[in-house]
Formats: sequence, structure tokens, C-alpha cells
Amino acid sequence: MGYPHQPHQRETTVLSRYFGVKDARTLDGWKKRGGYQALQKALDMAPADIVNAVKESGLRGRGGAGFPTGMKWSFMKPGDGKPHYLCCNADESEPGTFKDRELMRWTPHALVEGCAIGAYAIGAETAYIYIRGEFTEPLYWMNEAVKEAYAAGIIGKNAMGTGKRIDVHVHKGAGAYICGEETALMNSLEGRRGNPRIKPPFPAVSGVFGMPTTINNVETLIAVAPILMNGADWYKNMSLSNPKSTGTKLYSVCGNIERPGTYEVVMGFPFRDFLYDVCGGPLPGRKFKAVIPGGVSVPIQSMAEAEATLMDYEGFVAQDSMLGSGGVILIDDAQSMVAVIARIARFFAHESCAQCTQCREGTAWTTKILERIRDGQGTTEDLDTLLDIAEQMTGKTICVLSDSCATPVVSGIKKFRGEFEALIQGRRFHPVIAAVA
Amino acid sequence: MPETKMISLTIEGRPVTVPEGTTILEAAKQVGVLIPHYCYHPGLPVAGVCRMCLVDVEKAPKLAPSCATTVADGQVIHVHNEKSLEARKGVLEMLLINHPLDCPICDQSGECELQDYTFQEGREDSRYREPKRFNPAEDFGGDVVYVPNRCILCTRCVRFMDDVAHDPALNVSERGDRALIGKFEGKDLTHPWAANVVDLCPVGALLSKDFLNKARAWELDRTASVCPNCTQGCNVIMETRENQVVRMRPRANEYVNAFFMCDWGRLNYRWMNEKSRVELPMVRDGANLAPTSWERAIASAASILHGKKVFVAASPMLSNEALFLLTQLMQSGAFRVVEGDEAPLPGVKDLALRRERAANVNGAEALGFRKSRDLLGGLAQGDVLVVAGEDLDGIDTSALGRASAVVVIGSVLPAGVTNAAVVLPIANFAEEEGTVTNLRGRVQRFTQARQAPGETRPSWLVLGDLLGALGQRSSFFLPSDVFAQLASSNKAFAGLSYDTIGFKGLPLATAEATGPKAPLAMGLTG
Repeated sequence: MGYPHQPHQRETTVLSRYFGVKDARTLDGWKKRGGYQALQKALDMAPADIVNAVKESGLRGRGGAGFPTGMKWSFMKPGDGKPHYLCCNADESEPGTFKDRELMRWTPHALVEGCAIGAYAIGAETAYIYIRGEFTEPLYWMNEAVKEAYAAGIIGKNAMGTGKRIDVHVHKGAGAYICGEETALMNSLEGRRGNPRIKPPFPAVSGVFGMPTTINNVETLIAVAPILMNGADWYKNMSLSNPKSTGTKLYSVCGNIERPGTYEVVMGFPFRDFLYDVCGGPLPGRKFKAVIPGGVSVPIQSMAEAEATLMDYEGFVAQDSMLGSGGVILIDDAQSMVAVIARIARFFAHESCAQCTQCREGTAWTTKILERIRDGQGTTEDLDTLLDIAEQMTGKTICVLSDSCATPVVSGIKKFRGEFEALIQGRRFHPVIAAVA
Repeated sequence: MPETKMISLTIEGRPVTVPEGTTILEAAKQVGVLIPHYCYHPGLPVAGVCRMCLVDVEKAPKLAPSCATTVADGQVIHVHNEKSLEARKGVLEMLLINHPLDCPICDQSGECELQDYTFQEGREDSRYREPKRFNPAEDFGGDVVYVPNRCILCTRCVRFMDDVAHDPALNVSERGDRALIGKFEGKDLTHPWAANVVDLCPVGALLSKDFLNKARAWELDRTASVCPNCTQGCNVIMETRENQVVRMRPRANEYVNAFFMCDWGRLNYRWMNEKSRVELPMVRDGANLAPTSWERAIASAASILHGKKVFVAASPMLSNEALFLLTQLMQSGAFRVVEGDEAPLPGVKDLALRRERAANVNGAEALGFRKSRDLLGGLAQGDVLVVAGEDLDGIDTSALGRASAVVVIGSVLPAGVTNAAVVLPIANFAEEEGTVTNLRGRVQRFTQARQAPGETRPSWLVLGDLLGALGQRSSFFLPSDVFAQLASSNKAFAGLSYDTIGFKGLPLATAEATGPKAPLAMGLTG
């Protein structure tokens, strides 16, 4: 569904309010809508007060891990004599996730503002926006916005006339999923191969160019401005569920569903209502079979689990999955789960950076077995082998790409074992029969 | 220097105390626990990618990479419990799924860490039923050939070229299981130290062209020695097969060469196997040199030398022992040394292929031989000339006419010498035991790696017998006896003995002023 369109009445549009409004992309249009007031306010505050406000709001990282943003910022020790850096992770590559793309396409100035506030809060003079290589349109708008902001003196040597220096650079990646991993992103930014680094040291100690660095997701940084303008309580009180998950969250919805797109709802929104009401439910004549709620790295939910879920960090965990990046993928009864999982595994096998043995070999091996099962050549031992490989791939590598590949395999076999066994026993998957049965 | 904090922990039930900042893997070594690993190498920066060295640290949620995890007080670490073993089994199985298992035709077989650990603790069979990935072998330039199918992508070679040789030539190309080691465009492994990547490679992926298909690892005899090819004196292992030196590889010594040796030194061993040699003692019989017994040859040489002024043209490849004994029978002596370009290894302090291409230039100087391009310049009219280990190749031999007689002590007949009175055949560097002194004044032992041909004898034995025949003293039984005499009569060598020198060497007493006694920074500088 293209823009402009009216948001669903049950959405709460804070960050997505100006999606589809072309005028909001320009500096003048953005200022007319209240843009850069938060930055003005922030620059008049002490950095520690901004960090405290963000801490107070309960904002958590929107990239997938959900780490409290204020706490992350507080790891940056002021006055250590080293240059600090802010990185904005705009390398949104998780399959099924496209919220940051929309944010940058429609509200590029919101991200420039978020980066400027974030940089000031952590004592950095430089912010890098690392943008996914395939994102040509968001790249264009981000470059335009940064150019306008520099020309207007909003950022630069004398940001907003305060005498404070805040530089924002847009850096285009070359299109590698792994560069969305924070330390791989830093290597890539430095001009090295995008391989994740061993932690410790963590980025707050040694990040980009070996200097203290904070890295935040696009959505996280953009959420800071409304928090500063409206107060932490406003943000906290939007949550329908528990105090650990606050504010609103963007979800990108795709797959076998009536109205795919980007949606914004408050934390604690019932997932059932979200899927069937806000997003319009399954396609005519179909039933949902499974949902991957947070990008392909998270465990697959059965519909029973999904329908019992409250949409927040804890809610998804309680129903055996994770909020992740908010990339909701719907799988209906016409799809073969084996084919879906094999395709997911192929993605990870293609994107593995090849450093760690278990990931380099395990992702490819997993893919080969899954595709063999999909093609009717599986054996009964294959499922045990798959689970054992998944065990070897979990918790043993530098980054979590390997774990991410194992997760859908394990949850898929656990929840949809029958489909695997049917294919192994020679009953080819037939979409029409599956849909009727 | 601030005092280093000591950390106490338990590894496999054994208590160990190490300085703060030590990795678990290195701490384990100190109590005799080898944690299996591939990508870790003490001379390279840590990569932490093979995931082989994962160990179980009590109370930690996940297995820890022991090469990249520093010790903490009170840690209890299990290397061989079920959890760690299962993880290693998993890694080994995964490393082998795309491996061709071509050990019978692989040069590394027998000294392959993938083979060793798989035999030690890997699965008996593989569950892999899919096609294997294939990539063709590639010439990497220099002495190196790359067989990607055997590669486990530990990246030791990449890190060596980047961080030690400072000549980034290699990279990891591609991603996922398609990944392989690649060369940067226009680059080859032509760096003078590049062949170290062959030693560093834990499997059969990087092979020496020189050694290719020459021998199986288990057929080799290995001898601790010193590279004789320049004054650096890199510690080496000389490997022989059927009495032929077939390979030299570096032996770790933090005072001299860390873990490395240069390509030129490594590949310059064929002269040790030289076939055309003087194999019998000979004395002049009219126009000819006639073979004779050692007793007669020694007696004949002694009678020529007795009471004469003696000038020795010595080779700087001779041991301290031989040179010392030569000084006992000479009035003056000189040597010359072949020179080449210096080629440093930038990542290690004070390590280079040196300009002077001989083992014992400093020993010869310390013992009173004069270094001179005009080797025979010091030969006075009427002197007896002793040519010791020197082939006189390229030397103006017109000066030979000044000598009243010529005695040859060597392994070949020197060029241009037509009137040698006595020829005493001696062993070459690989065939005898002794010590040499490197350019920083470090005295290092080398040992016999192959048998000398014919009736050839070690240089120290021949010279000892000759001195005995001259009435100076009775013969020596061992090279260490010669060295003991050297140490008691020469201040520079005072206090040294074969036992104290050991196999890592010790500096001369006079070396303090001229060179570092402290260990070189192992591994990396700048």
C-alpha cells in the first residue's frame, strides 16, 4: 500500500506521523512541523540531563536487542580526553524489516536531529549514519537533509549557534547483512572487511577508530526528540503493558497478509488485534499458519502463541519469541514451512562473514540439509542432525548470526515437525491440499 | 616499572598463578594443559575465529574462547569436560565437511593439526552427506602454493602478512562457506619472509613448493640447529631424510628470531648435501695428492707447521671451536664474507636477513681473525698458509706464491690451489656439532643433522689432533671440551658452557655493550 494513506485508527503515530507527507522531507517543512525544537532544547541542557531523561523514559534499543538506551549512553564517560563517536545503525537488512527505510524516506530530518541530540548527549562531535547499500532512496533523502542542515547551521562547527560542534556524516555500506552487527559496522566504516569484532572490548570502550563509541538504531535515535519535547512520563504512559517496555514501536508487516506495510502501535498492543484488525488479517480464503514477529532471526511463533502475545519486549518472550526488529512476517496455510525455513537458512549461509567455523560451515550445511528435505530427499536422521548442528551454532561464535540461523530451524522443527516428517516420508507438500485440510 | 598483579586460578584441577592480562590458553600451557587451537599463534594478533579453543569457565553462561579471554582471580576452568569436548567435536566435524580428506597425498600429513586433533578427539564418522565445495589450487608466488580445499580459514597467513611482514598481500575473499584465502590484485607472496605462512598454516592449505611431494613428515629426522646463512643466526630445525637435508624450519627463540626465518635462509640448504667432496685425508706425493691414513696426514701437517709462521685463511662458517683451535696454531688469520641485501621482518624487533651471509662472522672477529676483502693480503713471504673451510672462489690466487707450503682443512679443494701439501677433510655445518656467535654476540649451539661422507671428521677433532701432534696438548674427546678451553682462555666467552648455553643461546660476556641481552619483544612491534 503506497503513501499517502490514513493510518489505522488504532495506531499511535509518533514517529510515523508524517509518512507520506512530502513537505516534511524538506528543512522548511520539517521546521513547520516542530522540527529541531528538541535539538534546540537539548543543546541548552547538560548532556547528563539528556541521558537521564532518556533513562527515565525507559526507551530501549529498537534494533533488536532492546538494550536500555539511556544506560548505553551513560557508559560514555565524559572527560576521558578521547574523541567520542556516535554511530547510527541504518544498515537495516533483517529480512522482513523496513521500518528504518520508511523513517529515512519520509523524515530524514528527524534522524539528523536524533543524531545531533545523541552525539551531544554522549560527548561526541561526530555522528556517522551507516546506511545500507541497497537503500538508494533513503540515502538520497538523508544526504539532502544533512546538506540542508549544514547550510542552515543546524549542525556543523557551530550547531544552532551554540558554539558546539556536531558533524553528521552519511556513509553508504556495500550491502552486507553482517554490517548491521555493531562491531562489523565499525570495521566497515573504518574501511576494513565487515567482520564482527571480539567483545570485550565493547564499543563504549573501543569502537570506531578505537575510540569510545555508542551505536543506536535509527528508530531509537528518532524517538529521543519526542521524548525531550513531551517528557519521559508521556512516553512511559503510552505503554499498555509493563513499565519495562515504553512508548511506541514501528512494525513492518509483510508476507501473506491483507495489508502489509509499516505500522506504529504502543507497547503492549494485543498482537491478535494487530494482525487481524490493524493489518487486515489473512488473504481471502487463507488462514495464518505461523508468524515470525521480529525479523527472521527470532523464533517462529505458532498462531496460538501469536494470538496470546502482547506486543512488547517481554510479551514476545513470554510467547516463545522475541520483539527483535519488529519485522513481522506472516506465513499462511498455503506455504510449506520447510521451504520457508530453508530460504531463511540460505539467507544466513549467504551472509555469514566466514570468520567462525560453526557459522561458516554450519549455516551452509543447515541450508543444504533443509533444501534436500524440501526437495523430498530427506532422511529421518536429518532432523536430529539439524538440531545438533543448531546446538553447535548457538552461543559459540563471535556474533549472533550463527545463533540467528539456528533459531528458526530449531523453533520450526519444534513447532512444525509434522511438515518435515511428511516430506521425509515422501508426501510432497501440496499448497492446495494443505489449504483445504 | 609498576608491579604486575598476579592472578590465581585453577585449570583442569591444577592451580596456576600468572600475571594479569595473560590469556587462559597461555596460562594453561604453564601447567602443561594444551588447549587445542588453530587460529591462535603466539607470534600473531589474536583473531578468535576458529572457535576450537572454547573452554568451560565455571559460572560463565557460555563457553569462552581461551585465546581471547584473559584470566580472572578464582576462575575454575575445564578444558576436557564434556561441554568443552562436545564443542570441539562440533568444530572438528564442521572443519572437515568441506575438507577433501586427501591426507594420503597431502604434504602436511603427519604434522597436521587438523589430523592430530581429529584423531585425538574428533568424531569417528561424519554426518555430512552433501556435495563438497571445490576450489582449484593456486600459485601464491614465492615458495608458496595454496590448496583452498584444505583451508580452515584460521587467517594466520593473512595476519602474518598484515601485521608481521607489513606487506598486506592476502585476504579472506568471499563469504560463508565459499570463503577462501585470496591475494590482493597484483600482489604475490614475494616478501622475503613470506614463506613463514607455510609454517604458520596448521593444515595442508599452504605448502612449500620447494618441499612439495619430497618426503612424508614421519620419514624425517629432526635436529635442533641454527641457520648458517647469515649473521642473524635464526634458530632452526634441520630436517633430514636418508641423510639428506630436505627442509629447514624456524625454531622459536624469543631472543633471536621469535617464530620466523627468512625465505633465503630457509631455502639455502642444498650446499649441505653437496656430493663432490674431499672424503679422504691426502698428502702430496710428487705431482699428485695421494690418499692416506688420518695418522699420517696429521703427522705430515704437523711437520709442515712446526716452528713456522702460520697464516690462516678461515671461513666464517666455521664454529667457534674450530676457529679457536686455529688461533692456537697461527700467527695471524683473516676471513672474508659474502654479502647481500639486508631484508628486515618489520613486525619483530631487530630481526632481518643480514647483509653478511655467514654464520660466525662475529665469532671469527671475537677470536682475532681480521675481516678483509683481500683475504690473502696478510700472507707474508715464507708463511705456511692454512686454508680452513674456505673455497677461495673468486680470490686472486697469485698471492699463493708467497706461501712456503699450503695445508688445506676443508670439505672441497679450494680453487686455484695446485700445490697443497696436505688435505684434511672436515665435516660441513650440517655434519658436526659446535657453536656460532651471531651479530648481537649471542653464542648458539648447532648439532649434527647428517653424517659426514667418507673418512671426513669434525673440524674440532681434526684441529685438536693436529695441535696434539704439534705438542700443544692432547686431543679433545668432545666439542664441549674445546669450548671449555675456549671459555677459560678467552674473556669474551668466560662463564659459558654447552650446558648453560642450551638450545636458546647466551650472549658473550662482552656483548652487553654491543647488543641487547633482554629478550626481543616476542611478536609484534609498532
